[in-house]
Amino acid sequence: MSQTKVLQSLHKRQSPLAQTERQLKILEEGIFSNGDAPKFGQKIQQSLGAPLKTTGLDILQVNLGYMCNQVCAHCHVDAGPDRKEIMTQETMEHCLKVIESSGVKTLDLTGGAPEMNPNFRWFVTQAKARGVNEIIVRSNLTIIVANKKYHDLPEFFAQHQVHVVSSMPHWTKEKTDRQRGSGVFEDSIKALKMLNDVGYGLTGSNLTLDLVYNPSGAFLPGDQEALCQDFKRRLDQSFNIKFNGLFALTNLPISRFLDYLIASDNYEDYMWTLVESFNPAAARAVMCLNTLSVSWDGYLFDCDFNQMLQMPINDARQHISQYQNDLMEGRLIKISQHCYGCTAGAGSSCQGAVI
Amino acid sequence: MSYYDPKDLRKFGRITEWSESLGENFFDYYNSVFKEGALTPREKSLIALAVAHTEMCPYCIDAYTKDGLERGITKEEMMEAVHVGAAIKSGATLVHGVMMMNKVNKLDS
Repeated sequence: MSQTKVLQSLHKRQSPLAQTERQLKILEEGIFSNGDAPKFGQKIQQSLGAPLKTTGLDILQVNLGYMCNQVCAHCHVDAGPDRKEIMTQETMEHCLKVIESSGVKTLDLTGGAPEMNPNFRWFVTQAKARGVNEIIVRSNLTIIVANKKYHDLPEFFAQHQVHVVSSMPHWTKEKTDRQRGSGVFEDSIKALKMLNDVGYGLTGSNLTLDLVYNPSGAFLPGDQEALCQDFKRRLDQSFNIKFNGLFALTNLPISRFLDYLIASDNYEDYMWTLVESFNPAAARAVMCLNTLSVSWDGYLFDCDFNQMLQMPINDARQHISQYQNDLMEGRLIKISQHCYGCTAGAGSSCQGAVI
Repeated sequence: MSYYDPKDLRKFGRITEWSESLGENFFDYYNSVFKEGALTPREKSLIALAVAHTEMCPYCIDAYTKDGLERGITKEEMMEAVHVGAAIKSGATLVHGVMMMNKVNKLDS
């Protein structure tokens, strides 16, 4: 994707694609409106015999804000330094109440760079105190070395047994920097070494460091296990870096990745690839069945992607302050054609492949 | 208008419609070949890419370039594989030069 030079968010550039209505219109048109390919809802009905519905709450995924120190070419959040949306402590309090009342096992913190929220450390400490089993932080790695005030994040993560999930699109500098910005590879390597230094990813340690791989262009991720072994060998040989697992994620055709697909004339072929790789087993295990996504301002979504498309959950109670446990029992999932991204091949979720 | 249409690659599976048993046998065989064996699927993908070039098959080049990217194969690895194919093709041409030399030596000694 060398033709894409992303330095500002779609919002900052005032791109038409910054409007979610425009994105959803594109996803409804073309091969899906002329009848060449089935819409996602039809495909689900044909293969599973029923629409997708929630089965319970296992993961509460909270987006702490769209601000980020990076401007990655593929970012589905359209995050960047120019994004000012950030979760307040009041909204975090509502999330903590849900953690207590629901008994949810996993709190998954994302952004932007979640660490840039001024109340990030307070929230992690409070969530741990309220009894959540696992806290995941989705770290872009470079934030750890971006500013002195973040240098002790590895120690903070270790102290609170935070499960660190870090983006690392490739083990080569060229591919990583092209996708995530100049200098990102070297800073990511430094940050990974700092995480290893406090025990993350090491054999016998209970501090988990997983990497997230997503393709650098208009193709699907290959076999997750094979990619993991490849990354392990290359990062160990070249930098003596250790990590636990690798999550292979599919790029969903929304936001900046949709912009790239259209600009590079890859959109239609990519959508065909997703449709033709539809896997019913992956569809039965999609993450929206047991995940609830909370936006920076407290609104509720089936997943982070629906959040970015501003498709709130199918219920009148759409804010975290209105959460009740029955919200996760058999609620219909909101869908569009981007959902094909989660059902292609071995499937894709925030925890990687689903089968 | 080209004889080759990239969209035709998506229709490859349809060859089964006009000869079901032979088509299915072919795809079963094809899929078995690319499974993990004495060689890894990654190694097989690079062999396929090299052969795709020596056969000059646009569909195969399309398919195995994409397959390589999906497997995290770098562009340097892909280009080296293409050179292996090119070296064998040029070597296969040049080695026939021995035939030419034999013939010259026989006729013009």
